[in-house]
Amino acid sequence: MQNEKITVGVLALQGAFIEHEQMIKSLGANTVELRQKSDLDQKIDAVILPGGESTVQGKLLNELDMMEPLKAMIKAGKPVLATCAGLILLAEHIEEDDHLYFGTLPVTVKRNAYGRQLGSFSQNACIAGVTGGEYLMRFIRAPYIAGSTEQVEVLARDAKNHIVGVRYENQLAFAFHPELTGDTRIHESFLNMV
Amino acid sequence: MSENRYELNKELAQMLKGGVIMDVTTPEQAKIAEEAGACAVMALERIPADIRAAGGVSRMSDPKMIQGIQEAVSIPVMAKCRIGHFAEAQVLEAIEIDYIDESEVLSPADDVYHIDKTKFKVPFVCGAKDLGEALRRISEGASMIRTKGEPGTGDVVQAVRHMRMLNREIAKIQALRSDELFDEAKKLQVSYDLVLYVHENGKLPVVNFAAGGIATPADAALMMQLGAEGLFVGSGIFKSGNPQKRANAIVKAVTNYQDAKLIAELSKDLGEAMVGINEQEIELLMAERGK
Repeated sequence: MQNEKITVGVLALQGAFIEHEQMIKSLGANTVELRQKSDLDQKIDAVILPGGESTVQGKLLNELDMMEPLKAMIKAGKPVLATCAGLILLAEHIEEDDHLYFGTLPVTVKRNAYGRQLGSFSQNACIAGVTGGEYLMRFIRAPYIAGSTEQVEVLARDAKNHIVGVRYENQLAFAFHPELTGDTRIHESFLNMV
Repeated sequence: MSENRYELNKELAQMLKGGVIMDVTTPEQAKIAEEAGACAVMALERIPADIRAAGGVSRMSDPKMIQGIQEAVSIPVMAKCRIGHFAEAQVLEAIEIDYIDESEVLSPADDVYHIDKTKFKVPFVCGAKDLGEALRRISEGASMIRTKGEPGTGDVVQAVRHMRMLNREIAKIQALRSDELFDEAKKLQVSYDLVLYVHENGKLPVVNFAAGGIATPADAALMMQLGAEGLFVGSGIFKSGNPQKRANAIVKAVTNYQDAKLIAELSKDLGEAMVGINEQEIELLMAERGK
């Protein structure tokens, strides 16, 4: 589909959602902000779950009755791009944490896996499916994926070989923040999934 | 501080946007705040209203107490040091705090110089009443700004005044001719580059939250509609009748700040708000500390 015909719903409960909207708009597609249940009634071709605090977003998703309808959209095959907190929301298991949010991505994530803010870092690496050389990955109090099933395709790893990017069917998830770079390649490949 | 570290620190503030940072004094309060949807907590021994009531010199909190809060929650933990007290900031960095607030709420340790925040790896947030203060703090290395408001009063008037002032001054700089920016930089006592950034982008180069005197969901909606990117709520929560319920309501009000019907629902049966003091009744104006 041509980008100008695509509308991406960006979860806008808390966090860095405006940065994703700017990325998507720069590629010619449209965005709508998902702040409450009625926002889900619009025509949405794909969904972005942005970075922020997963505890805040998860709580608001439940209390604003958005969890189940969004989960149904993901299960029905709508393309999803999840970054950082978004990855935690998608994960089937969260280490040392009994929260479960969407639980549609068969991976185990470890929250704050690199420690506090002093552990935040950036790193260049190649990402499977993203052509044109290395990508600058920015990790902010980030999680990583501690385990996944065979059906999950690993797209990126950090310097210590932890999994930091995966694709599973219609779900694309990264522990880092592609929306914080000027590099639109990940968002481009996401729009190509529509 | 390397360029990249400063960028990472600004980016953590970006992740806090659309959220509420709550003052807490114990691990129990920190857990209540996290469960209510706080995107970060500010660990301090006494909330501003009590600092105001107690008087005397107010200092950085006991590191043991801050560490207790770090262990209790998974969200970022911030703590305050006195204006200019770089040794307190070094202590907070040593215990790996996520953000330092060089804050006018505490007694200033230096009446001339702020901390050279470029010397630190951990990020700093600083208060500002106007654009000049905001840009001066940024040039000293702050990676996040908040309006000062008047802490511990439950009176939102000063937060409103500071946010409007900031917006007005940003709009003015946007409207200037480019050859007028040099003189504006001199007036604001900041570098030309920062003034040029504001001229071209119509915003501060870092995230800007509102703080000081926010006590109700409607206060939260007011500050968000005036352009705040998120809120600090201090005394307003744990000085109220039902902290949990009020904290919940303020978090939701920040997310849907334009939905008056929802704010109406959120404002019902919250119990007693903090009593509050009007600005005319205050003897100590904390916002006048550190310019």
